[in-house]
Amino acid sequence: MRWEFHGDAPIHAQVTERIERMIVSGALKPGERLPSVRSFALEAGINPNTMQKALNELERGGLIYSQRTAGNFVTNDPQTIAAVRESLAAQTIRQYLRGMTELGYSPEEAEARLRAQLQSEGGIEHANPEL
Amino acid sequence: MPILSCENLTKQYGAVTALDGVNLNIEPGRIVGLLGPNGSGKTTLIKIANGLLTPTSGRILINGMEPGVETKKLVSFLPERTYLANWMSVKQLLNYFQDFYEDFDRERAATMLAHLNIPETQRIRQMSKGTREKVQLILVMSRRARLYLLDEPIGGVDPAARDYILNTIIGNYDPQAAVVISTHLIADVEPLLDEVVFIQNGHILRHTPVDQIREEMGKSVDALFREEFRCL
Repeated sequence: MRWEFHGDAPIHAQVTERIERMIVSGALKPGERLPSVRSFALEAGINPNTMQKALNELERGGLIYSQRTAGNFVTNDPQTIAAVRESLAAQTIRQYLRGMTELGYSPEEAEARLRAQLQSEGGIEHANPEL
Repeated sequence: MPILSCENLTKQYGAVTALDGVNLNIEPGRIVGLLGPNGSGKTTLIKIANGLLTPTSGRILINGMEPGVETKKLVSFLPERTYLANWMSVKQLLNYFQDFYEDFDRERAATMLAHLNIPETQRIRQMSKGTREKVQLILVMSRRARLYLLDEPIGGVDPAARDYILNTIIGNYDPQAAVVISTHLIADVEPLLDEVVFIQNGHILRHTPVDQIREEMGKSVDALFREEFRCL
């Protein structure tokens, strides 16, 4: 299945975020070996140069590391993964608030609305761990 | 050195100017989209690069050489229309390509054809249009060329065949070679491209990295194309 991309951001940035989410959600486990650049690019349906760019970005952030001959691996450091999870969470919350602002809610109203929703539904269902 | 270089390239068909002073350099390792409306000059440019047409003025260089026997060794061309004889079987085609091109990797082609479950005894005329396009692309991509010129490789095939063709291009990526894909199905090819060339009425309107378009303009190549080529 090819990955879907939107028009607002460079594809490499979208690929980086997608892989971050795969790692944070556990779809890719700590220490797990990533597919080769070529097969990962094939899976995503993108140019191998773009995949390499995304992997470089992830390596700079410490989320993956490369071993010269063996390929790329997910970090074993839980703190790095937790930090990325936190930053993706902040981004998700900003998206929620932006959406609510567009609908005319103040941040306080948005917060109250979220609480009310959680109470009426008894908590939301857990997101699909595979994304 | 660029693998493909156009210097003031001009082509006239009688009173009609198909290419008008085109300057363009394509570097190895790049996958480039040659994008423009019908009649913009895409096919003319590709045919000149293959030596099928000669320029009216200016020149085109492949790895520093004018098109000829030597450059045909470097260029693998997928024409818009099929040129394979209908009566030929897959096996005959493999023999044919092997005879013609030193750089043809028969094993690679045979492996890809086997994945598609196409028997070597099958003849071109027995194939669906989608299968024919796939076979043709497999043959073209199985050469270890320096420049692949693909004229509308995904036109007129269903989405599954389209994905297969795009994956074949990705799977055969070679950092020493450039791939030029002419198409108007931009959204489909965009994730494959490093750079785009917009061409209209024989003029190059832009030659830009895809990332730059998305970063600086905040839009996809498809959206930009629709804006710049809007029919008024």
